[in-house]
Amino acid sequence: MADVIASPAVHTGDHGHHADYLSDPQHKGIWSWMTTVDHKRLGVMYLWAVLLAFLVGGVFALLVRLELMNPGEDFMTAEQYNQAFTLHGAIMVFLFIIPSIPAALGNFVMPLMLGAKDVAFPRLNLASFWVYVAGAVMAVTSIVVGGVDTGWTFYTPYSTSTGGAVTMMTLSVFVLGFSSIFTGINFIATVHKLRAPGMGWFQLPLFVWGIYATAIIQVLATPVLGITMVLLIMERAFNIGIFDAQIGGDPVLFQHFFWFYSHPAVYIMILPGMAIISEIIPTFSRRTIFGYRLIALSSVAIALIGFLVWGHHMFTSGQSALAASIFSFLTFLVAIPSGIKIFNWIATMYKASISLNTPMLYATSFLLLFGIGGLTGIFLGALSVDIHLHDTYFVVAHFHYVMMGGTVIAFLGGLHYWWPKMFGRMYNETVARIACALVFIGFNMTFLTQFFMGSQGMPRRYYTYLDQFQPLHQFSTFGSWVLGAGLLIAAVNLMGALRGPKNAPDNPWGGTTLEWQTQSPPITHNFAGQPAIEHNPYDYRYFKVPSDAV
Amino acid sequence: MSQAHDASLIMQDGHGDGHGEGHAHEHHPFHQHHFTTMEQQFDASKIGMWLFLATEILLFGGLFVGYGIMQSRHLEAFVAGHHHLDWKLGALNTCFLLISSFTMVMAVWAASNNRNGNKRGVLITNLLLTLGFAGGFMVVKYFEYSHKLHDGLLPGKFFSYTGPDAVPNMFVFFSFYFMMTGLHGFHVLGGMGAITYLIIRSIKGDYSSEYFTPVDLIGLYWHLVDLIWIYLFPLLYLIT
Repeated sequence: MADVIASPAVHTGDHGHHADYLSDPQHKGIWSWMTTVDHKRLGVMYLWAVLLAFLVGGVFALLVRLELMNPGEDFMTAEQYNQAFTLHGAIMVFLFIIPSIPAALGNFVMPLMLGAKDVAFPRLNLASFWVYVAGAVMAVTSIVVGGVDTGWTFYTPYSTSTGGAVTMMTLSVFVLGFSSIFTGINFIATVHKLRAPGMGWFQLPLFVWGIYATAIIQVLATPVLGITMVLLIMERAFNIGIFDAQIGGDPVLFQHFFWFYSHPAVYIMILPGMAIISEIIPTFSRRTIFGYRLIALSSVAIALIGFLVWGHHMFTSGQSALAASIFSFLTFLVAIPSGIKIFNWIATMYKASISLNTPMLYATSFLLLFGIGGLTGIFLGALSVDIHLHDTYFVVAHFHYVMMGGTVIAFLGGLHYWWPKMFGRMYNETVARIACALVFIGFNMTFLTQFFMGSQGMPRRYYTYLDQFQPLHQFSTFGSWVLGAGLLIAAVNLMGALRGPKNAPDNPWGGTTLEWQTQSPPITHNFAGQPAIEHNPYDYRYFKVPSDAV
Repeated sequence: MSQAHDASLIMQDGHGDGHGEGHAHEHHPFHQHHFTTMEQQFDASKIGMWLFLATEILLFGGLFVGYGIMQSRHLEAFVAGHHHLDWKLGALNTCFLLISSFTMVMAVWAASNNRNGNKRGVLITNLLLTLGFAGGFMVVKYFEYSHKLHDGLLPGKFFSYTGPDAVPNMFVFFSFYFMMTGLHGFHVLGGMGAITYLIIRSIKGDYSSEYFTPVDLIGLYWHLVDLIWIYLFPLLYLIT
């Protein structure tokens, strides 16, 4: 009683074994999954959906890299190449990264962490999923009916004049925006109203803080993307005269509108990644997190500053020098809350008893890769440097270090961290570590080379290149194969575990947050009773690591 | 998963400190299982609605910013364009929406004070009045639109007006006029659908002082639709 964050066995033991959400006899069959309002099942369905999108986007990435083995045409025409990198970008951004951590892992874990039975609006959650599916179907349709070759940014005037299925693709982005907004609204209301008794704002697990900050951005930025896409469609269909310079419009206005969403969207992508790292590091360091409040509030700070930096995508677009200087300064400011997080994570690990299980390996990879991605962001935020590096592979490498080296690595870490909780099964630890190593090596092979190419002037999105770049391009392509192999092994390992027996203990890692207090996998209603909070999260002084922890 | 109550949900394991007790004795038919109390459920819904309204403002915000920038680019064309709008009809519609906001407030008041059905009549009457004014707004809008259609004052490539006061780029004004009032019109239609839903449920007697969340939330939405029009009206009809 006094020690609520005790070994979970104490609590589940009182009530005996309940049917878990996967095998609940009251909710059987495909239809019960398709119409479920259980946040755990929706999280799992989102997980399969985003993993499928990741696979498709990844195949396009491998094709792009393969085509770049040699200058000139290998097996794709220039037009096909443009479509391939557009689809890689659009699918990865809109169908994979943005929903990945919040909608899949967040949906599953966040209500558990709050000690809630569900999200605030379970039916809205279901709607969000099906709207996502509808948007995904439209995106796939646009590939089939003509392809899109604009790049994922849909810049005007090209996007208003090119053929293909740009209208369908932008409509799909518009629809996907609704899904994102629904999730955001749901999560904010959930955090405000469904916290367990005794859980104040500063007793929230840091994952919840990160998801909350993300949800704020989702709600406030996405509608602007929605109206921008509508205006773009209108311009294509009716020549309304807003973005097309030939009829008195302003193409740069499109860039402003687009980045007003899409830069905050970068933080929609990275904040949940940081949120996962904030869970993994204290758990595998067996140590109270250092600087809890600063980590929590820095998420909100990133969310807010993130709204004011969109102009740094447009330093070469002819915006005023004053505006560019202000955007540059504000961009530098983002480094402060990001740095606060990094230093607090490292301080948490300092002199701790660290166990290097797979999630922790991903977390340490994150620290290194996100560090590189973040610092090169500072280079690009500096006006004079950006003029040189703008639209080169340096930019490509920078954002892949943030998006892939940051978010995707954190997503993989989170998958390995919560997999036993989600499905009640342990994966093969050795194989998972090998996969992690391959992902890390392959990723660096692929993208570190691109920093060099970019600084030497290799422009992004180009189908061909000067002969001098060939060794680096080839090395990058080899790296993409290593990376692909690592991801494949990780996938086979995780999926393979699903065929095994339910062998995961309730709290395999000795985690302190509430999701570890219920069964693995959790029961349909999450907890046998209403959990209450008496200690701050990550407070290992009051916490007995269960004997069956790994 | 059904919303029905399940005995295992209510099971407390000794940690209840006041929050957990509420639902053990009171079972309102519209109480969802994952909320401890009706108040908590109401508050959550209200937060959700306010967030949704924030997204609406940002959605329209893009159009307002676009309007501002294009107006400063093509000032002459915008001024010439606005002379083709009838401010009297716009003012009539403004009155319709303002009054409908009042009747909506009355509906919320009636629903939240409805005990044993004593305010049900007031509730239904006011919802019907709101629906009527919204319909009036759409009828006026219909006449305005058909007038523009007749004159060829249409957005983008459909613009075919060739009168003596035609100015280059006048079509941009009508692009914005139709997009802004059109998007607003869709919201009015959506609101009419929502109010119809409220009327049906009010007739069934679903709303009382214990549960009137949908009336309250759709009321908020309706005020926002009204508020956006309050900005659209001077911007489109009254600028000089």
